[in-house]
Amino acid sequence: MFENISLAFQGIWGHKMRSFLTMLGIIIGIASIITIVSTIKGTNDQIKESLIGSGTNAVTVQLYQDNYAYTITSYNPAPQGISPISEDTRQQLADLDNVVDVSLYCRRRVDSYEGDVCYMNRAYSGDLFGVDEHYFSAAGYRLSYGRGFLADDHARFRKVAILDTGAVSSLFGGEYPIGQILEIRQEPFTVVGVVEKAARSDFAIETMRDYEMYADNTGGRVFIPLADWPIPYAFDEPQAVVLKAASTDDMTRIGQQAEDLLTASQITDAAQGFAYQSDDLMSQAADIQKLSNATNNQLLWIAGISLLVGGIGVMNIMLVTVTERTREIGLKKAIGARKRRILWQFLTEAAALTSLGGMIGVAAGVALSRFIASAMGTPTAVSYPAIAVAVLFSMFIGVIFGMIPAVKAANLNPIDALRRE
Amino acid sequence: MLLEMRDICKDYPQGKELVKILKHVDLTIEEGDYLAIMGPSGSGKTTLMNIIGCLDVATSGTYRLNGEDISRASENHLADVRNTTLGFVFQSFYLLPKLTARDNVALPLLYAGVKKRVRRERAEEALTMVGLADRIDFMPSQLSGGQQQRVAIARAMINQPKILLADEPTGALDSTSGHQVMDLFDELNGRGTTIVLITHEPAVGQRARRVRRILDGRLLAEGEGGVGDAW
Repeated sequence: MFENISLAFQGIWGHKMRSFLTMLGIIIGIASIITIVSTIKGTNDQIKESLIGSGTNAVTVQLYQDNYAYTITSYNPAPQGISPISEDTRQQLADLDNVVDVSLYCRRRVDSYEGDVCYMNRAYSGDLFGVDEHYFSAAGYRLSYGRGFLADDHARFRKVAILDTGAVSSLFGGEYPIGQILEIRQEPFTVVGVVEKAARSDFAIETMRDYEMYADNTGGRVFIPLADWPIPYAFDEPQAVVLKAASTDDMTRIGQQAEDLLTASQITDAAQGFAYQSDDLMSQAADIQKLSNATNNQLLWIAGISLLVGGIGVMNIMLVTVTERTREIGLKKAIGARKRRILWQFLTEAAALTSLGGMIGVAAGVALSRFIASAMGTPTAVSYPAIAVAVLFSMFIGVIFGMIPAVKAANLNPIDALRRE
Repeated sequence: MLLEMRDICKDYPQGKELVKILKHVDLTIEEGDYLAIMGPSGSGKTTLMNIIGCLDVATSGTYRLNGEDISRASENHLADVRNTTLGFVFQSFYLLPKLTARDNVALPLLYAGVKKRVRRERAEEALTMVGLADRIDFMPSQLSGGQQQRVAIARAMINQPKILLADEPTGALDSTSGHQVMDLFDELNGRGTTIVLITHEPAVGQRARRVRRILDGRLLAEGEGGVGDAW
């Protein structure tokens, strides 16, 4: 077997030009498949990283009604029968395995025509949050400039506000916001700081709704201390929770445990159809990945056709080789080579040829995807299982398309084979 | 009796007709024999050689080789018989051009499933026997015609066959090399190897112990047709 393989490679080396041209179809096919797969994997990795691994590991658990996230607005009022989360419950959440931090918050969607949040004569559309002192670290924000909320702000019900960069641009345009007074339901709040997402990537998505919001580019976020929430709104509006997990792998489990705990403790019989649910980031990532995979799979089929064409080229050359080497085959049979040995010899040659083509194709594909990554800025990631599959598959193509020539060689009649000069 | 053929016929379809190449051939060969089969081209001598050499099977008749009836043997069994019981020498040597003399000689041992180290040793011995100890790692293209034919003889002898079959072994050689090859045959026969030779050269045929002539597919009785006749 080993001798067969080394003889096969000697044969390939003996006809460099011809072997290369024969392999070209396989090389192109494998190279394009590797490139496509690398691009798919790169895109998927990026999506996953943006959605989940943006460094925050934040799990949001919020109120859902009949499996839709429930957003409180003026026309979509806070439901009755859901109590604010007690210090006791908060502690239980903090005691879950691998929970690093817990934060409670209230959230409303406000619209400019209602005029809930205004600066001078400008009304704001976007999200209004009432957050406790843990929120910014748990949800993964960092201070951009100004200051954060102080313990005093919560304790003394100071009317201060912090904006994210989106809210700054929609409310203040180019103006410097620190020290300015916002009106929230006619109550004056002083802007003390500006925050931004701590993630490296600016493509930061936490939930599907965030994704839509970023796409629409509406508003932004205005934060006030949770303790101040009853000033503009009711004191018993339902709260949501952000949990910071120790690692990405804990996120799904922590989300589910928090759902169960909050649904059991907060939802009373008066709030039929409501439940706390976590945003399953993993499944959201999968949804987006599915979208990009669908288009790329079609490309893979097209690349597969070039492999088929390459395989036919290999078969063609192997048939020529068998004809050229008729005398060799005849002699080998005359001195006692069985049919099966001749068959194996030619199958090995075809498989060696296509495997070599596959390996060159892999190298070309990796180089090409690197080039695409640097030239176009799209991410690629080399997939090692894909490389293994590609090489094995090209060997398989050699066996399949080498079969007809090898059978022809094995069935040669030794007399006819020797007679041919 | 080493080889026994009874009533062997061979037909070939040619267009719609069947051409009778061999007609009721009877032949016996004893161990240690040295037989030349002579005949003009088209007489059927090569076909007879192919059947003796198990490269072809007869249309009818029985063929016993080494005590075994192989008239209806399977293809794989015939391959094994060619490998172990028979050795072939051809007019145009048929050495594989990309293998060294040693590897060419060792090839039948590969098919017999012999280990690589043993193959190399025995190939060396065989090449020494034919006087090519100093050409072991030469490629066929680096050897003269006579040397190539001696490599081919070493290859034929490597499995210690019962019968050495030679088809016009001197046909492509000059007379000096041809004589060397024939001397080698004499030597091998002297050591007990049975040799069957086909030729149309009377000088070559004369060196055999026995001569049988073949004419139009019929094997003539011994002594029929003079040795010196021109064909």
